Amino acid sequence: MTRDTGAAERLLADLPPAPAVWCSGLRKRYRRQVAVDDVSFTVGRGEIVGLLGPNGAGKTTVIKILLGLIHPNAGDVLLLGRPARDPRARARVGYLPELFRYQPWLTAAEVLALHVRLAGVTVPVAERRECLDMVGLADRADDRVGGFSKGMQQRLGLAVALVARPELVVLDEPTSALDPIGRADVRDLLLSLRSRRVAVLLNSHLIGEVERVCDRVVILDRGRVAASGTLAELLGQRELRLRLDGVGADAEARLAATGRLTRAGDEFIVELPADQDAAPGDGAVPKLVADLVALGVRVHAVEPGRISLERRLLNILRADSGEDRR
Amino acid sequence: MTARTAPTAPTALTALTALTALTVAALTLREAGRRRVLRALAVMTLILLALSAWGFSRLDANFGTLTSGEARLAASQVLNLVMFGLSLIAALGTAFLAGPTLAGEIESGTALTMLARPVHRSAVLLGKWLGLVAFGGGYITMTGLTQLLIVWVTTGYWPPQPVNGLALLAAQAAVLLTLALMLSTVVSPMASGIVAVGLFGATWIAGVVGGVGHALGNEGMERVGTVSRVLLPTDGLWRGAMRGFQDPAVLAQFPAFDDFPFLSRTPLTAAYVGWTCVWIVLVLGLAGISFRRRDL
Repeated sequence: MTRDTGAAERLLADLPPAPAVWCSGLRKRYRRQVAVDDVSFTVGRGEIVGLLGPNGAGKTTVIKILLGLIHPNAGDVLLLGRPARDPRARARVGYLPELFRYQPWLTAAEVLALHVRLAGVTVPVAERRECLDMVGLADRADDRVGGFSKGMQQRLGLAVALVARPELVVLDEPTSALDPIGRADVRDLLLSLRSRRVAVLLNSHLIGEVERVCDRVVILDRGRVAASGTLAELLGQRELRLRLDGVGADAEARLAATGRLTRAGDEFIVELPADQDAAPGDGAVPKLVADLVALGVRVHAVEPGRISLERRLLNILRADSGEDRR
Repeated sequence: MTARTAPTAPTALTALTALTALTVAALTLREAGRRRVLRALAVMTLILLALSAWGFSRLDANFGTLTSGEARLAASQVLNLVMFGLSLIAALGTAFLAGPTLAGEIESGTALTMLARPVHRSAVLLGKWLGLVAFGGGYITMTGLTQLLIVWVTTGYWPPQPVNGLALLAAQAAVLLTLALMLSTVVSPMASGIVAVGLFGATWIAGVVGGVGHALGNEGMERVGTVSRVLLPTDGLWRGAMRGFQDPAVLAQFPAFDDFPFLSRTPLTAAYVGWTCVWIVLVLGLAGISFRRRDL
C-alpha cells in the first residue's frame, strides 16, 4: 500500500506542473445583465498574460471570479492545480486589486506582516523589507498607510502581492496611479517575475505596457473572449508603409493584390498576410517595390512594420460590434 | 491537468482557519486601539466615571438623613443607573465599531486583498467577532470594575454578584455587536450601526413597557417585554446584570419599587442564558452565510 502510494506520488511529481490559471465556461449574471459569458483561458507557469478590453468588458469580474471574490453562475477555475473553491488554492497567489486600499491605521511593514500571516507562510523580516525596497517604499516601512499618497498605496499593493512568495500574481490595473517612472519600475518588475517563472495575469488599459511585457493576450468584449493568443499570433499581420507618387490604376491594383490597402494622400499602407515575412531580404517586399518601379511609380520610402496591438485590438472590437449589429 | 498536492487534510484546514481567526481577531483589537472611536469611548467613559464619583460622594454627604435601608436603596439604584449609562456606551461603541469593520472594509476595498488570501470568509468573520467580543468584554470589565470601586469607596456599598453582573453586561455587548456584524454583511457600515443601536433602544423601551404592564396587570403589555427580550436578548441580559448589582434586601424592604425600570425583580434563568448563547450562534451563523454568499 505504502509502496503503491510512493509510486503514485513519484508519478505525479514527474508530471508537468498544472497551469497557473485554468478556467472554463465562466459565466456571471447580475440580474438581467450578463457580465461574463463563457470565458475560458489558461495562464501557463512563468507566463505573462494580458487581459485587454474596453470598459465594462468584464475584465475585473473575471479576475475576481478567479480569486473567489465573486461567485460565478457557471464555470470552473483551477489555480495552480487546485479548485478555486478551496481557499488553499490561493496560498501562492498574490493580488493587486484595481481598488487598492490597505488598513490606514497600520504601517507599511505591518500590512506586509499581516498578509504573510494570512498567506500561512513564513517570510523573514529582511525579505519583507526587500519587498518594500523593490517598490521604492523602504524608507516608509514604519509610516502609517493613512498618510500615503495614492501612488504610494499602489506601490504598497504591489509589495503585498509579491510578499508571500507567489507563483501566480494577478495585477488589476497596476499602474493606474503611478507616474512614468513607476510604470517603468512595474515593467521591470514584471520581467523579473517572468525570469523567476512566476506567472502573471495583467489587466491594463495601457496597451503599450501589455505589448511590451506579455507573452499572450486575452481580449474580452462585452463579457466574452473576442480573441486570444500569443502576440505573434495576434499581431502576426505585418504592414508595409510606403510613400509613393505617380501611382496609376495598375500600380494600385498591384498594391491591393498584396494585401488590404489604405491610402492617405501619398501614404499607402498595405497589410501583409501573416504567412508572409516582411523581414528585409525576403522576397515579397523587394518584389513589390520592383514591380511598382516597373509600373512607373516613384518610391520615396518603404517601411516594413508590425501592426500595433492597439490597432489590432480596435479592429477586433469593431469587427465584434459590427457582427452584433448584423 | 494534474493535482500535485496532498489530499485534503481536515486538521490542516482547521489549523489554518484557527490561525486566520486569531490573526483577524488581533487585527480587530489593534484597529479598535488605533481608531478614534477608542479615544471617544475613553473620553465618554472618563466623564461618566468622574460624574458618578462626584454624584456618589454627594449621595454619601446626604446619608445622614436617610435610614440605612434607604441609603442602600439609593446607592444600588444610582449604581444601576450609572451601569446603564456604561452599558449604553459599550453598546454604542461596539455596534459602531462592528458595522464599519466589515461593511466598511468591503466598501473601501480593504477586504479584497485579505479575502484573496487562502482564508475562509467565515474564519475572517469569526476573527472579527472574537476581536470585538474581547474589546467589548475588556472595556466592560475595566470600566465596570472601576465604577464598582468608586461606589465602594464613596458609599461603602459592594454589590452582591459583581462578576455575574459584569459578565452579563459583557454578554449584552456581545449580543449587540453580533447583530451589528450580521447587519454589516448586508447593509452599509453606518446603517448597520444605527439599526443595531435602534433595536437595542427599542428592546429596552419594550422591556419598560412590559414592566408597566406587569404593574398594571395588563398581560398584553407585559407580553411586549417578554417577546422583545426573546427576539433580542440585550434587555433580558441587562435586567440580569442589574440584579447582580442591586441590594437583594431592597426589594423585600420596598415592595413599591417592584416594577421600577432600574430594578430587577426576578433572577435570570439558565434557560434564558442558554437561549442567548443559541441566539448568538444563530445570528453569527446567519452572518457567515450572508458574508460567504456576497460578491465583493
